[in-house]
Amino acid sequence: MTAAGRTNYDEMLNEDGSVRPAYADFRNWYDSQDKAWLKRQDAEAERFFRRIGITFNVYGNEAAEERLIPFDMIPRIITAREWRKLTRGIEQRVRALNAFLQDLYHRQEIIRSGRLPISALRDNEAFLSQMIGMTPPGGVYTHIVGIDLVRTGPEEFMVLEDNARTPSGVSYMLENRETMMAMFPELFTRIPVRPVSDYPRRLARSLRACAPPAFKGSGRPTVAVLTPGIYNSAYFEHAFLADQMGAELVEGSDLRVVDGRVAMRTTTGFKAIDVIYRRVDDDYLDPLSFQPDSVLGVAGIMDVYRSGGVTIANAPGTGIADDKAIYSYMPEIVEFYTGEKPILSNVPTWRCSEPDALAYVLDNLSELVVKEVHGSGGYGMLIGPTSSKKELADFEAKLRARPDNYIAQPTLSLSTVPIFTKEGLAPRHVDLRPFVLVSPEGIDITPGGLTRVALKKGSLVVNSSQGGGTKDSWVLDE
Amino acid sequence: MLGRAANGVYWMSRYLERAENTARLIDVGFHLALTRGNKHSQDEEWKSVLTTTGQVDDYCRAHGEFTGPQVFNFLLRDRDNPGSVLSMVENARTNARMVRNSLTNAVWETTNEGWMHLRDLLARPVRETNLGEVLGQIRRTGTLVRGALEGTMLRNEVFNFARIGTFIERADSTARILDVKYYVLLPSAAWVGSSLDNVQWDTLLRSVAGNRAYSWLNAGALESRGIAKFLILDGQFPRSLVFCYDKLRSNMAGLAKQYGGETPAHDLLRATGKALHETSIEAIFDMGLHEFLQDFIGKTGSLGNAIAADYRFIE
Repeated sequence: MTAAGRTNYDEMLNEDGSVRPAYADFRNWYDSQDKAWLKRQDAEAERFFRRIGITFNVYGNEAAEERLIPFDMIPRIITAREWRKLTRGIEQRVRALNAFLQDLYHRQEIIRSGRLPISALRDNEAFLSQMIGMTPPGGVYTHIVGIDLVRTGPEEFMVLEDNARTPSGVSYMLENRETMMAMFPELFTRIPVRPVSDYPRRLARSLRACAPPAFKGSGRPTVAVLTPGIYNSAYFEHAFLADQMGAELVEGSDLRVVDGRVAMRTTTGFKAIDVIYRRVDDDYLDPLSFQPDSVLGVAGIMDVYRSGGVTIANAPGTGIADDKAIYSYMPEIVEFYTGEKPILSNVPTWRCSEPDALAYVLDNLSELVVKEVHGSGGYGMLIGPTSSKKELADFEAKLRARPDNYIAQPTLSLSTVPIFTKEGLAPRHVDLRPFVLVSPEGIDITPGGLTRVALKKGSLVVNSSQGGGTKDSWVLDE
Repeated sequence: MLGRAANGVYWMSRYLERAENTARLIDVGFHLALTRGNKHSQDEEWKSVLTTTGQVDDYCRAHGEFTGPQVFNFLLRDRDNPGSVLSMVENARTNARMVRNSLTNAVWETTNEGWMHLRDLLARPVRETNLGEVLGQIRRTGTLVRGALEGTMLRNEVFNFARIGTFIERADSTARILDVKYYVLLPSAAWVGSSLDNVQWDTLLRSVAGNRAYSWLNAGALESRGIAKFLILDGQFPRSLVFCYDKLRSNMAGLAKQYGGETPAHDLLRATGKALHETSIEAIFDMGLHEFLQDFIGKTGSLGNAIAADYRFIE
């Protein structure tokens, strides 16, 4: 492949087409492999995933109820130096997120100081009044965070999104590595790749370190993963993590409040749970406090939570921190709580609720990416440069009708990483979601994370629900 | 262990067992229809298969005739038939997926692979030419999952609930098959030893995979009372009522040991098991075979319900 005519940063190749040092060992290995054998391995990987049942469900697509996220076998490689800088930036950002949440649900100093307008909270459904004045066990709000990063140049990593609610994808990080080690063991003897496999153990330890006041026992706090059930798109991951942690996998129908504790129905009666790693949204957690018709949650769990009977991870109400309306204020937020300049930059963002910004966005719609403030998963967004005239016109109408529902960002020139195709290696756009654990013991970042890749040539959409795939992500050891 | 998980492994086993029993009944119906010369008696055989699986009413709502391919496709893959083999294997797999963390990878993977394979095989209508392959795959799935359970699972509550599901279903199935055909076992002076009896008896034994075992034990001589005794009271035959209850007893004893006590279900089990062990084939015929089987089916159903209640399968 050539590098001619490209405008973005390619992580494997220099401008002149030579291989960057990070990929040198891998590329040597790759060039010496029989390509027909590699193709067979590629097909084998898919069969392997299907057999063990790593699938995800796509909403609104009945025919393909359980789909496989395509796996690309070319690793994405990050140097030790790059990773050091990233971890410092991520740690700073996650500290700020937790301090921000603590402040928002207590004194709201950031609003008093005028750094964040009160309008960012007003009518924002992600802000939960039920959390006002409540401090979660251990003072931790976001036990698990996924920071979505994009790269636009050799030193330019930017945060695209902070996932502070229930970030998913970590099971793919783990299974992708397992698959690579099974398919190409010799690669791992040649190249020093930092391991990721102890993530579940670290997650379990981190969650147990946040046990609620009601846990007074000797022995270990009881941890359970709360899933909406087998029809949820991330069910595989819920089951996988519970299994790897040695925790129970529970559904709302298994739980009930008994004697001031949240308890699960076992074959011999109800047993109290100390820490719930919930993978259901705030709205569904407690029909008494939120959605009255929810069957996914537990009636009365919020009362137990407030009285110190259970730890909920992540804490209810953390969504306010990753809300797209808040995102644009993150540089100020980081500085306000850490007293430092942000190490990782934000993507420049126009808040369409502001008249000047809206005017700019409308004038430049075909150049911009426009997102719904509360949307996720790549749904309801406009990518200006690849949209038709009609799509632009339709979106403009929506934007004019509800400007405060949108933010806009420049179309970033995302970095590319090669994928394996029938014709050989071909560059595709990627992002990176490192996974971060927070407990009173500290902040723990697993080296690497989940690389999502837009498999279609030229595409910038990496979401698995929209045809994206994943890759193993390597952080090289020093 | 979560009550919901116990419910899941129990039903996973029951559905797989039921799918396998249905496959065996189709196999017998198919062979029997092949030996029948005219279409009318072939159709009668197929109708009898539907009667045995309890699906004749559902079938008649959708179809008029009892032609072979129409019947076996209904039993195997009809989307509108909740009792089809495809639905049952799907249910088994859904249950396994729900309780995946209670199962070993080997058990999950054999269940998942069996489902994937059958789903592909049953994507198109089954013809007489590939019926054998399909039935073989159904049986193989059941066998592999049982083997994986046997070979890889800890002998704990999860294993016990899976086995209890298997044997509740099997006891019920054998009793129902016997009950549908009970009249062929009744003494009838005119028919004794006739070739029609021999075919009927052989069919009955094949329906529970007992024809060869019966021959080994009885040197090939078919006789109605002996067959009934074999299917109900023979402790060596793995589909007999006594055998199923022996297995239920040992697995329920396992639960009592792990949980440090018995439940009302243990009393029910003990009562029915004791009666089975103390009765004789003569006493059963005196009571009436049909009445005996109806009573047994009812008690086995109650036992299943009691287990579900005692171990909190559902809220």
